[in-house]
Order: sequence, then C-alpha cells, then structure tokens
Amino acid sequence: MTREQVRATVLRVLGDIAPEADLASLRGDVPFREQLDLDSMDLLNVAVGLHAALGIEIPEADYSKVATLDACVAYLESRMTP
Amino acid sequence: MPILGADMVAGTLVAWRKKPGDPVARGEVIAEVETEKGLIDVEVFVSGVVDRLVVEPGTTVPTGTVLAVIREDTGAATVAPPPPAAAPAPPPAIAAPGPAAPPGVAVPRRPRVSPLARRVAEQLGIDPGGVRGTGPGGAVTREDVERAAAAAREAPPRERGRVDVARMRQAIAAAMARAKREIPHYYLAHTIDLHRALTWLRDENERRPIADRLLYGVLLLKAVALALRDVPELNAVWRGDRPEPCTTVNVGVAISLRGGGLVAPALHDTDRRPLGELMQAFRDLVQRARTGGLRSSELSDPTITVTSLGEQGVEAVFGIVYPPQVAIVGFGKIVERPAVVDGAVVPRPLVTATLSADHRVSDGHRGALFLAAVERWLQAPERL
Repeated sequence: MTREQVRATVLRVLGDIAPEADLASLRGDVPFREQLDLDSMDLLNVAVGLHAALGIEIPEADYSKVATLDACVAYLESRMTP
Repeated sequence: MPILGADMVAGTLVAWRKKPGDPVARGEVIAEVETEKGLIDVEVFVSGVVDRLVVEPGTTVPTGTVLAVIREDTGAATVAPPPPAAAPAPPPAIAAPGPAAPPGVAVPRRPRVSPLARRVAEQLGIDPGGVRGTGPGGAVTREDVERAAAAAREAPPRERGRVDVARMRQAIAAAMARAKREIPHYYLAHTIDLHRALTWLRDENERRPIADRLLYGVLLLKAVALALRDVPELNAVWRGDRPEPCTTVNVGVAISLRGGGLVAPALHDTDRRPLGELMQAFRDLVQRARTGGLRSSELSDPTITVTSLGEQGVEAVFGIVYPPQVAIVGFGKIVERPAVVDGAVVPRPLVTATLSADHRVSDGHRGALFLAAVERWLQAPERL
C-alpha cells in the first residue's frame, strides 16, 4: 500500500467519524483533536476504524504517535509488513 | 406524544414505522418524532397489536397527546406512548388532531375507508389507517387521503442527526432557567486520586481486543451509578412538590453534538451492567446521539446526569440540575500533581469530582457521602 493510499484510508476513517469536517483543509501537522474537535470516544473509533481497514491494532500507549495526520500515516506505514 | 425533555411541550410526528394490524413488542419503535433534540424513535411500552394510528405524519401535537392505540395481548386497549405522569408546563395552543382516548376507554373501531380512498391511498403510498376521516361516521374519504398525501409531500425532509441548533438552544435555555429558578442548588467538590483506576484500566485494555477497549469515562459512569446505592436519595426525580425515588439507576450522559448543543440520554441500568457491556452501550449511545436514532426512553428515563469537560481542559465543572432530576455529577480534567503517599511526595493523576444537587431532596452531608462513595469505587476498579 502506498503512502497516499494509507493517507486516503485515514481520511476516510476520519470522515466516517466526523462527517461534517472539511478534510480537504486538514493540516498534517496539527493534532486531529484540535482541528476536528474529536474526543476520546472519537479517537477510539478512529483506532477501531483503522484496525478494520488496515488490520493494524494501535496500542493505547501509541495513541500519542498517531495524533496528527502526518504522524499517523508514518506510524501506520512503519507497522505495515513490507 | 412523550415528554422527551424538561421543557418539551410539543413534538411533530414525522413518520409511522407500523401500521394498523401490525404486532408490536414492548420497546419496539413505532414512530419517529421530531423534537428540539432532533429526530427521536418513539418506543411502545406494551406488547400487542396496533389498533389505530391517531396522528397523521407532519402534525405537531402537544405532549400527552395520544399518538396511537394499541390492543394489548390481553385484549385490553392502551394508548401509545402512555400519557406523562405530570406535564412540565402548559402546552401551547397547537391543534390536536381529534380527541385523545384516555387509557381504559373502549377502543374506537378502525376508521372506515371507502374503496376509492383505499385505492387512492395505495397509489399515493399513504397508510389509510393513519388518516383522520372526515366523511360520514369518521370514514376516510378520497379527499382525506389526498390531503394527507399533500401534507406528507410538503413536510421538509428530515435528516437523521441534524438538529436545529437555535431551537435546541431555546430548549436548553428554558430548562436551565427553570432549574435555576426552582431548584435550590448546593455544590460540592472532591479531589480523587485516579492512580489505581488508570493503572487498572491500562492493564485491562492491554488484554482486550481494540473494539472492546474501555474508556476512562465508563469507569466514572459505573462508579457514580454504584455510589447511588449508598446515597439513593440522589437517584430520584422531583414530581409536583416532592421527590420520587427511582427504582433503577439510569445515568444520563451529557454528550456534546458536533453542530452545537448537547443531549444527555440515559444508559439504562448503569449500576447493573458489566463494564464491557456498558462500554458498548456507551459507544452506541454517543454514536446515535450524534448521527440520529436516540430512543424516547433514553431521553425520558435518566435519573441523574454525569457531565465531563475534562477533555476540554477545565479542572472542575459545576453543573445545573436537569429537571426533574435532583443531582448532576461533574468531572474535570485529570491533572498530575504532587501528592503525599505513605509519607513520600509522588506525582499522582487527580480529578475533581463535583456534585450539584437539589437541596430540597438532599443536604451537603449526604452529598459529601456520595462523592466519598464515588472515590471509594474508583479505588477498587476491579469491582466496577
């Protein structure tokens, strides 16, 4: 899966959880929580959605590593089997 | 039309999910109603057969208006939903569609429908059983059906999850103003060490599949619910001039909506459900609150409310009691502060729990015992 495909998957999952969000203008370096007004329930649903889409289970201890779009894509890529 | 909020006085019947002759089971959704809280699924409270739909889609009626008549399994007739025990405020001047049948009266026979009206109804996709007849003996005529079809066409499309924020704001304003006017509040705050709870939660979540992970908030809900067993007078509603104890604990969870406003639907039997089940119900409730599909019982049944603004950064929240409830519990953000434990200064995650309560029902001493009980439960997370 390419980086762009991973990014598109993350955006799709975010769009499912925050359908009103303008994802086109989402900044890659600012936490989702700040830009999209996500709460802990939303972030859990993001983790569940990414697991369903990519088969990657994000441990709670790693939540800080997936707080922004750029960081999330990089993290997921690093967890993918080559 | 059920009362689905402290100051709800009317609602609009949007659509029927059942038609005359359909069997219904207790808890099943029979209709969709639009309120200031959005589109709500109205459940029935008895099992039986739908005898008659009284209100036509698109009609706004006061709370307490009979929406449908259900013939119970026993053969007795009842109205659905049941009329409220006490209306919170006089209803506005809204024309109710026909007389409402009080419980216990003989069920009116199904309205007669002329063959022509039935054929036209079929062509227009209208259930003639839900149309009020103006013909001889209340018979449904072709004109009645066409009028009902026109009303259904003119009704603006309802989108689930979309609420009128200005209208919701008005409803919140009315409820909160009434609460501040009528309820003599007292306020307490208590700092709780969450070290044990968060450590247990971290270990527990490592064992659980991702979809079954628990949120810290669900521990708070369960701790509050269990603490109510120690101070049951906080689990009550105020009716008329006295409190009525509630026999079940249904914690209302304050949920902010994305477009603004909030709702506080009930997690039924909060004290009796295991954490995993409670978490799934909590997730489902939040999702439905934000996307549409809350049920009438979830809005009418809360016996206490819990609100948490910790994720927004505030350290303490002192809520306003939501009538007819008599207490609201607040949680702020978790802050790491130095604490003395066994004679040593160590960093500890602390949260401020608050109680706003109705002084007509409880006093500060009992309120303090309640917050102490919440803390006690949070020190034993494995027992939640």
